[in-house]
Amino acid sequence: MAEPRTKYDRQLRIWGDQGQAALEKASICLLNCGPTGSESLKNLVLGGVGSITVVDGSKVEEGDLGNNFMLDESSLGQSKAKCVCAFLQELNDAVKAKFVEESPEALIEMNSSFFSDFTLVISTQLVETSMLKLDGICRQANVMLICARSYGLTGLVRISLKEHNVIESKPDHFLDDLRLNRPWPELKMFAESIDINTPDPAVHKHIPYVVILLKLAEEWASSYSGCSPSTREEKKEFKDLLKSRMTAFDENNYKEAIDASFKISTPQGINSNLRQIIDDISAEVDSSSSDFWVMVAALKEFIANEGEGEAPLEGSIPDMTSSTEYYINLQKIYQAKAEADFLAVEQRVRNILKRIGREPAVITKTSIRNFCRNARKLTVCRYRLIEEEFNSPILLELQKYLNDEDYSYAIGFYILLRAVDRFAANYNRFPGLFDGHLQIPNILSYRGMDEDISRLKTIALGILGDLGCNSSTLTEDLINEMCRFGGAELHTVAAIIGGIVSQEVIKLITKQFVPMSGTFIFNGIDHKSQLLAL
Amino acid sequence: MAELTDSRSRSRDLDKLLLRPGNIVGKLFEPGPELRDDLREYARVLVVGAGGLGCELLKDFALSGFQKLEVIDMDRIEVTNLNRQFLFRLQDVGKPKAEVAAMRVMERINGVEIVPHFCRIEDKEDDFYSKFSLIALGLDSIEARSYINRVACSFLEYDSEGNPFEETVKPMVDGGTEGFKGHARVILPGTTPCFECTIWLFPPQVKFPLCTLAETPRTAAHCIEYAHLIKWGEMHSGKAFDADEPEHMQWVYTEALKRAELFGIPGVTYSFTQGVVKNIIPAIASTNAIISAACTLEALKILTGCSKTLSNYMTYNGLEGLHTKATEFVKDKDCLICGSGVLLEMDTSITLQKILLPYPCFTNSAQFMNLLGEDPMVLLSKPTSVVYMGNNLYKMVPPVLEEMTRSNLSLRLFDLMDKVSMGVVHVTGTAIKNDKKNSSLWKIRVVFKGMVDGVIDMDLAGGA
Ligand SMILES: [Zn+2]
Repeated sequence: MAEPRTKYDRQLRIWGDQGQAALEKASICLLNCGPTGSESLKNLVLGGVGSITVVDGSKVEEGDLGNNFMLDESSLGQSKAKCVCAFLQELNDAVKAKFVEESPEALIEMNSSFFSDFTLVISTQLVETSMLKLDGICRQANVMLICARSYGLTGLVRISLKEHNVIESKPDHFLDDLRLNRPWPELKMFAESIDINTPDPAVHKHIPYVVILLKLAEEWASSYSGCSPSTREEKKEFKDLLKSRMTAFDENNYKEAIDASFKISTPQGINSNLRQIIDDISAEVDSSSSDFWVMVAALKEFIANEGEGEAPLEGSIPDMTSSTEYYINLQKIYQAKAEADFLAVEQRVRNILKRIGREPAVITKTSIRNFCRNARKLTVCRYRLIEEEFNSPILLELQKYLNDEDYSYAIGFYILLRAVDRFAANYNRFPGLFDGHLQIPNILSYRGMDEDISRLKTIALGILGDLGCNSSTLTEDLINEMCRFGGAELHTVAAIIGGIVSQEVIKLITKQFVPMSGTFIFNGIDHKSQLLAL
Repeated sequence: MAELTDSRSRSRDLDKLLLRPGNIVGKLFEPGPELRDDLREYARVLVVGAGGLGCELLKDFALSGFQKLEVIDMDRIEVTNLNRQFLFRLQDVGKPKAEVAAMRVMERINGVEIVPHFCRIEDKEDDFYSKFSLIALGLDSIEARSYINRVACSFLEYDSEGNPFEETVKPMVDGGTEGFKGHARVILPGTTPCFECTIWLFPPQVKFPLCTLAETPRTAAHCIEYAHLIKWGEMHSGKAFDADEPEHMQWVYTEALKRAELFGIPGVTYSFTQGVVKNIIPAIASTNAIISAACTLEALKILTGCSKTLSNYMTYNGLEGLHTKATEFVKDKDCLICGSGVLLEMDTSITLQKILLPYPCFTNSAQFMNLLGEDPMVLLSKPTSVVYMGNNLYKMVPPVLEEMTRSNLSLRLFDLMDKVSMGVVHVTGTAIKNDKKNSSLWKIRVVFKGMVDGVIDMDLAGGA
């Protein structure tokens, strides 16, 4: 039956068979299956993740039925992990779903080896102390961790892992690799073989803009002592030159040439992002280096030698107005150059592997080719331990956020999310969450609320003070709101936070697209959510 | 006075937001158990679409204190829906989405009533849409959004100072996704931009020129569209192409492959052929979940005031890292859909016939031209329907309605509008804007000559 592939059709168009295979191999552990946790797994189970293990020690209460779709009436009084697991399994029988009825805090304290078998751990609704401990455990075991929290109208998502390398970062907009600023001999020869002054109007309007630009750039250079247009006036003059060669108004190839004319004078060489990667200390490889860094080392050699300062050519060209013949020939020229660059990189990969004492054929041709094709877009993500961030945040950034109005709610929530955990550590409950089942104000609870507000404020100011920051941005209003939230896990906020978690899990596991960096603070008041790079 | 609420209650978490006073809240926020109960009892929400967003929206509303929901969708469940439309199972394939989605949510959550409507959105009378407190749009087409937006804005009335009447404002939340990206927006007609005000946010899809397809194909997509748009018609005289017919798709694929081989073009696969022909937008569960939940949260805030609302357009992009942005777009004050309309003064003697054929008071009358300025940017031609207070005064299609409303043509508009001194009629037709013909809806504020003074008096009386 063709069902499994067809079922995944809409996502295969995003991450392909390779991405899907990675997803189907992954095993995910979820800590706490309230709505935030249940929603993150729901999205992953639908997508066909390999296996899930739901860890939760609590029993289902009435209140849980009001915010979690993975529970129903019959779940009352039963193990939450068991019930959520069963409803998740219903969504996709290709997924192996297991549950462990135990409190995540206990597992973190007593059985740290439990976590080492998973590809990735999602922790939800853990308070600071447990989260920091878990972070240490996962870092040690080299297991990816995503921490998520929904709290009233705010919440956070934070990835924690040592290093994540992305070859297929698939950015939305990225300048094509046409090398018009630096044509190689075969491309020049092709351009020379075409007469752009042809009297045949049908041919004239079907000369690809790549050829038009190369030829007119050369013409320009011959009258400007070998230079390409650089100043604004020169660039405008060059556009006028292009315009002057149009023979009819409907010549789209000339319009495309004018739009793309900047490509002949873009700076040569690699971008700063790639420069940083090849200069990274990890690019000095030894027998313990990963395949990724071995390929980076080879890329670095290539750029310094055959590449003459450039990365391997990508080899694909965008569609452009052209006759079929010109276009196909142009495509072949780009592909041939890309293939030659790939072979040079491959040779270097093999040599490096030999040098560091590994089997030279261990990295496949397909991997190297894919690496070359994406060389300009490589991404390396590294994450600090959460404890390091908490103890010594990047003060310059912190100051910037504290003084930036766009960040005022986000940075406020960041501090307050930590403050409520300290509050809970001191008073055994979250601020605004009262023992006596009091939900709405009466005289007693008003007093209780006022007391919580002032306590929370003291704690929050303490945190800011410890970080050496002044506290003016932390408004009374926001502290009040935090107490009003009373630790509520609203379904909509949980579904947003859970959805973000699932997206990030998919990016990490498929090793495609770029995962978020820093700490994401959700702002459910006006949706001015922010990523904080602390 | 003060009420104790058991934290073991089902609304444990929601109560924190709805029952407690707050400092960063909406103007009309009145916290208390009544607010929660009113939301359950009186708030009626229509979810338009029961697909990727619609399934999520139904779940989100049902878990956000809403109990009276309706859902409308004309589609049936397909296998390719199952990676994200979590209310559907393999055995549901072929069944109406709206019905299965409604049933699944009601099975899971006690107390929620969901009425499904398995039909096209155009099949419902405007009256149907008027009864909802809010409309949530989970759609993937611009046309459908435009339609609902037009209907929702047609209820909108302005007072003499140009402020919208509260009770005529039909709020909407609208979501859309593509892969890792999406948007959620709030539309409060008359206050925030309507869908039409910012139509430029949805640029029309790029179509390949026919001569490229026929003469200079360069890409796999060109070969596929050649087979689909040109070759199919040549080879199957009269038989329409049906993208849901596997044999048709296979034929297009085979032809596209032949053409690609002829020209030496790589990249034609069956899956890519489907993608191009059906214009498939990649979709995943997580993005739909994020966007729908954001829409529902805003809906809850609009109807209860329990927090500030999004102003007014949020984008989410998870492709490279994570980027979210809230943008405050501004209303187009001349918008023909949500604006206060074109004021038109006319004699009480004008018949409906005169408006339609040859509609002198619209295109020829000097007065009308003056209203639009010397060089009118917009000209209305071919009106196809005239609606007053939800009633069809005239409708050109379908023929049954045309026959029913034909007799109105000879009547005076003044009489058809129950002899009011002023009122709003909605005229649909083809508008010519910047040399382009567009089907559009005009809101015309008709004022009958000699009656204006009375109108002003009435307004003052109403305001006193
Ligand atoms: Zn508008």
